[in-house]
Amino acid sequence: MTRRMAALPAALLVAAVVLPIVLSDYRTGRLAAVGAYFIAILGLDLLLGRGRQVSLGHGGFMALGAYTTMILVARHGLRDVATIPVAACVAGAAGLVVALPSLRLRGIYFALATFGLAVSIPPLAQKFDGLTGGSTGIAFYGSSHETGSGGSVRLVGLSLSHTQWTYALTWAIAAALFPFAWWVARKRRPTTLLAVASAAYAGVAGSLVAIDLAFFSPNAIPLEVSLYLAAAATLGLYGSIWGALLGAFVVEYLGDLVGQIPRVPASGPGPTTFVFGALLVAFVLARPLVATISRRKLPWRGERS
Amino acid sequence: MAGFAAHVVTGLASGGIYALLALGLVLTHRSTRTLNFAQGELATLSAFVCWALTAHGWAFWPAFGVTVLLSFGGGFALHGVVIRPVEGGSPVGVVLLTVGLLLAINGLDAWIWGAGAKHVHDPFSTATVHVAGGALSKQSLWTAGVALAVSLVVGALLARTKLGLGLRAAATSPVEARFAGVPVGALVATAWGLAAAVGAVAGVLASPTFGLEPNMMRTVLLYAFAAALLGGLRSPLAAVVGGFALGVALELLDAYVHWIDGVLRPPVAFALVLTLLLARPGRLVGPERWAA
Repeated sequence: MTRRMAALPAALLVAAVVLPIVLSDYRTGRLAAVGAYFIAILGLDLLLGRGRQVSLGHGGFMALGAYTTMILVARHGLRDVATIPVAACVAGAAGLVVALPSLRLRGIYFALATFGLAVSIPPLAQKFDGLTGGSTGIAFYGSSHETGSGGSVRLVGLSLSHTQWTYALTWAIAAALFPFAWWVARKRRPTTLLAVASAAYAGVAGSLVAIDLAFFSPNAIPLEVSLYLAAAATLGLYGSIWGALLGAFVVEYLGDLVGQIPRVPASGPGPTTFVFGALLVAFVLARPLVATISRRKLPWRGERS
Repeated sequence: MAGFAAHVVTGLASGGIYALLALGLVLTHRSTRTLNFAQGELATLSAFVCWALTAHGWAFWPAFGVTVLLSFGGGFALHGVVIRPVEGGSPVGVVLLTVGLLLAINGLDAWIWGAGAKHVHDPFSTATVHVAGGALSKQSLWTAGVALAVSLVVGALLARTKLGLGLRAAATSPVEARFAGVPVGALVATAWGLAAAVGAVAGVLASPTFGLEPNMMRTVLLYAFAAALLGGLRSPLAAVVGGFALGVALELLDAYVHWIDGVLRPPVAFALVLTLLLARPGRLVGPERWAA
C-alpha cells in the first residue's frame, strides 16, 4: 500500500475520533445512526454478493433486534450492552425461519418473504402492546440499566455524553463486524447461513438504534428503511468498503441533500423517496448486476475462494 | 346469519382487489420471471390519475376508461424503457429494479399529491340492498362485480384469443416462439401493459374504501403475492380465485376470531406466504391446463 492510499483511511480515522468531540450531540447521534445502517448494509452485502439474494426486510430484522433490547432493558432490567448478542440471536433465528422455506426454491422468494416480515412487525407490535408498548413504544432513558445515562461513561479518561458513548459503541462494533463479514465471505457458504448471518447483523444494528434512542417504537424504523437499505446495499456492491459506507451515509443524509435542491419542498418524504428509487433504477440499469457482482467488487475486497 | 353475508360481501370486495393485483403479478411473472414489487404502486399511481381527472370535472366512467388506457400504455412503455434492458440478467437485479420503481412511484405520488389521504367521491352508491333480511353494501357488490368481470375478460383474452396464445408462447418458450415468428418482445411488453391496466382497475376500485394515499397498496401487495402464490405465480385462474378467497378469509377471521383484533391481517398473510413456499408453489394447482 502506497503512502497516498493509506492517507485517506488515516484521515477518516482521525475524523471519526475528532468529529463527536466537536460536533453537537444531534449531529453525533446522526453519525451513530450511520454506523448502525453501515452494519445492516454489511449484512445485506454479505447475502447479496455471495448468495445472490436480497432482503427487503432488513428494517424488520433491525426492529426485532431493537425490540429485544428494549424489552430486556425496560422489562427485565438487563444492562443495555449485554442485550446486543441476544438481539443478534433473535434476528438470526427470525432470518432462519424466513430463509428455510424461501431459499429452498429457485428464484428470489427470499425478497418476498422478508418483505412480508417487514410488513408484519408493526401489527405484531400493536397486538402484543403489553410487551412492546404498542405504537407509542417504551422509553428507558435514564434507567439505571442504561450504560450511557448521565454522562457516566468514562473512556480513556474522557467523560462521554450519552450520544458520544453510543457513537463510539456503534462504530467500535461496526469495526469489529467488518472483518467478521470478510471472514464469512472468504469462501463459498450455504445461502441459508449467509441469510442468518445477514439477519443477525441487522439485529445488532437495530439493538444499537434502540440503545442510542433509549427507546423504540414501530415508527422509529418505518418500512421505507428496509427498501432504502436494499437500495444502499446495491450501491455498496460497486466499490469495496467505501460503497457500503457511502450507502449508509446516503440512507441517513439523502433527505437533507434533496431538501437543498431549489424548488423542491423540504418537508415530506416524497422527493427523497423518489430520488432514492430513481438512483436504484439508474444503478441497476447502468451496470447490470450480473456483470458487476464480481468478488473483487465486494466490500471485503481481496478475498479468495 | 345476515351479518355473515355482509362480511362475505365485504371480503369479496377487498378480495376482488387482491385478485386483480395478483393477476397482474402473474402476468409479469410469467412474461419476465420476476416478482414485480412495483405492481401495487403502479395501481396507486393510476388511482391518483383517475382521482385527478374527476377532480378536474370529468365524470367517473370516462375518467376510469382513460386511466385504464393510460395505464396500459404506461406499463407497455415502462417495460421498454427499464425492464427490457435487464431481462435475462441477474434475477436479483431485476427485483431490485422493481423495488427502485416502487420507491420512485411512491415518492412521486407523495411529491405531487401529498402524503395525506384524498377524499374520493364514491363512484357507486353507498346505499344497501336488502337480501334475505340482511343489509349488503351496494358498493362492495359493485367492487366485487367489476373485479370479477375484469378478471373474466382478461381470462378469456388469455385462453381464447390469438393474443393470449401468443402471450402463452412468449412466456413458456420464448426462443422457439421467436423462431416461429412470434413478436416476443412486443408480447412481453403487452403483458406488462395488461398488468398495469388490471392494476389500474384495482387501484380505482380500492381508493374509496382503502383510502387514496401513496401507501395505499403497501400491505395489499403482500396479500396479492399470497394469492398469486396459490397458483405458483403461474396460474391466472388460481391467482384470481386465491385473491377472492383470501379477501373473504381475512374478513371472516377479523370478524369472528377475537384474537386477530383487527390488526393481524399482514402477519396472517405473511404466515400464508411462508406456508405456500414450503408447500411448493405451482404444485398446488395444475400449472399449464388453464394457465395462460
